[in-house]
Amino acid sequence: MRKFIHDFHVVENRDLNPGHFVLTLKPDVELTPIFPGQFTEVRVDGSANTFLRRPLSIHDVDYKANTVTLLVQKKGDGTNRLASMKYGETVNLVYPLGNCFHIGSSGERALLVGGGCGVAPLLYLGKVLAKSGIHVTTLMGARTEEYIMEAELYKRYGELLITTEDGKAGTKGYVIHHEIWRERNFSFDRVYTCGPDPMMKAVARLAARHHVPCEVSLEQTMACGVGACLCCVVETNEGNKCTCTDGPVFDPNNLINWL
Amino acid sequence: MKPSLEVKIHNLVLKNPVMTASGTFGYGPEFEDFFDPSTLGGIFVKGTTGKLRQGNPYPRMAETPMGMLNAVGLQNKGVDGFINDIYPRIKHYHTNLIVNVSGSTIEEYIEVAEKINSLDHVPAIELNISCPNVKEGGMAFGTSCPSAAAVTRAVREVYQKTLIVKLSPNVTSIAEIAQAVEGEGADAVSVINTLLGMAINAETRRPVLSTVTGGLSGPAIKPVALRMVWQTANAIKIPVIGLGGIMTASDAIEFILAGATAVQVGTANFIDPAVCPKIIEGIEDYLIRHGIDNIKSLISGLNIN
Ligand SMILES: Cc1cc2nc3c(=O)[nH]c(=O)nc-3n(C[C@H](O)[C@H](O)[C@H](O)COP(=O)(O)OP(=O)(O)OC[C@H]3O[C@@H](n4cnc5c(N)ncnc54)[C@H](O)[C@@H]3O)c2cc1C
Ligand SMILES: Cc1cc2nc3c(=O)[nH]c(=O)nc-3n(C[C@H](O)[C@H](O)[C@H](O)COP(=O)(O)O)c2cc1C
Ligand code: FES
Repeated sequence: MRKFIHDFHVVENRDLNPGHFVLTLKPDVELTPIFPGQFTEVRVDGSANTFLRRPLSIHDVDYKANTVTLLVQKKGDGTNRLASMKYGETVNLVYPLGNCFHIGSSGERALLVGGGCGVAPLLYLGKVLAKSGIHVTTLMGARTEEYIMEAELYKRYGELLITTEDGKAGTKGYVIHHEIWRERNFSFDRVYTCGPDPMMKAVARLAARHHVPCEVSLEQTMACGVGACLCCVVETNEGNKCTCTDGPVFDPNNLINWL
Repeated sequence: MKPSLEVKIHNLVLKNPVMTASGTFGYGPEFEDFFDPSTLGGIFVKGTTGKLRQGNPYPRMAETPMGMLNAVGLQNKGVDGFINDIYPRIKHYHTNLIVNVSGSTIEEYIEVAEKINSLDHVPAIELNISCPNVKEGGMAFGTSCPSAAAVTRAVREVYQKTLIVKLSPNVTSIAEIAQAVEGEGADAVSVINTLLGMAINAETRRPVLSTVTGGLSGPAIKPVALRMVWQTANAIKIPVIGLGGIMTASDAIEFILAGATAVQVGTANFIDPAVCPKIIEGIEDYLIRHGIDNIKSLISGLNIN
């Protein structure tokens, strides 16, 4: 798939909660096809401490409006600078990068498990899965009710299940504590997950216990994003692989010390 | 009239002085979506060793103010992997393909150099005697005159094409090392490889890199690189290829003024994967703006008085 470097304009910058925001970006040219799970490397101008581009997942794509959406957590200077971007400002993207989630066949049942900001790639995944006739269930883990993000959007493409650490919304605990994982409730053909590594590892083990394929989306630190620097490696059965080109989506069976 | 950007490094004719630095441009195909690698003066491919190497454990990268530290540790498919899997995919490029040869022992450098010698479309090698990221050797060879001379001499005996030696900045006098390798028959030197550095995470009180220390690159090292290019160019007769923090055409011109015949662009490829054609264009614009018809007249053109 061909990669591009394009300037995008900020169409909308919307706060979801004190720690997260959603940026909607539009290029002057027509968007190239983007697949769920792919990411972009964003150049952050106007932030003295941000030298490298920042890898961010594609949260949503709207070909009609010609926009891509990023869901971003405010971490350090780079993401905080992005948080301050105003309507009309320009941001430079290299995209689309990486491989993508596998889209099964119509009639399949898919469980999408996201923790914290890891839900970012799952919205577009749910959209594409639903369009392909796949039954989508999204399981979202949030710290508190305030950090449940864009629930109504996920509901468009299927069922939405929630866990919070204090139990004020949804099931109390982490995503792995949800009753959906119990033998009698579990009826999925495939599991997709993105979030902190410990969460993804636990999810991958649960999927393995239910004997269904699982895909995890990794977030190794990156410099180039195009397979040139070899900084973003992860250990696999076939030696080191680049998260930016061989991933970010991996089968946990192929990752060392994952299952 | 269009100014001439052509320069020569020993037997190599470069259509322009802009090449890509080893380890920062993959092998070329990684950037084909952004521009045609054949427009470059040359491509220095990733460090190549005798056997396949997995490199160092993750994490291998730490961002720093205007730069980055890396501890990749020469992950590569080995010289046979390069010849069988990679070379066939890049040999059609109309540019100078230069293999960065690395090793832990003199025998390994010789083995890789001999095998690369047989490749028609590789007119030169760059001896990496300056990699800070491998335990046994690499930089050890580059940090003393006798060992830098020994590895250059050994490879010179088996390698007939253009031999470039890439020098380490982690030395007291880079000019002396340059003289030592020139004395053993090197045809050019590349100045500089990364500077040894370190990053610490105060919160976790742990080093950021798995190897604790790593190689610093990017604009942060440009002033050091410029100084070293200038000192080296003043000390030897063979051409100097300048690199370290070049992001723009004006950076490249500065290196040429300091004495570089050509330049390499490294970390900048990560920030803008299409930066090289911009630098080439920018150099041409500079020459036109200054009424210079041949870039060669700019080399060592620093006006000190
Ligand atoms: C393929 C991929 C997809 C990603 N998708 C998203 C996304 O959709 N939304 C989102 O908010 N974040 C995402 N991230 C993480 C995001 O890239 C980092 O949070 C961001 O680079 C931090 O930049 P900063 O300048 O704000 O913080 P910095 O000051 O650079 O760092 C703040 C903290 O974040 C950590 N950090 C820095 N870079 C990364 C990184 N690449 N991965 C993980 N932690 C990092 C640092 O170690 C530090 O502790 C993704 C990362 C990858 C590799
Ligand atoms: C990720 C990375 C990998 C590198 N790998 C090599 C290598 O294999 N061999 C080598 O001689 N230099 C290697 N280098 C050093 C560069 O070629 C160059 O000397 C250095 O980065 C300084 O130039 P720059 O500031 O323009 O990047 C590497 C640098 C980086 C950032
Ligand atoms: S980030 Fe450079 S190879 Fe993956």
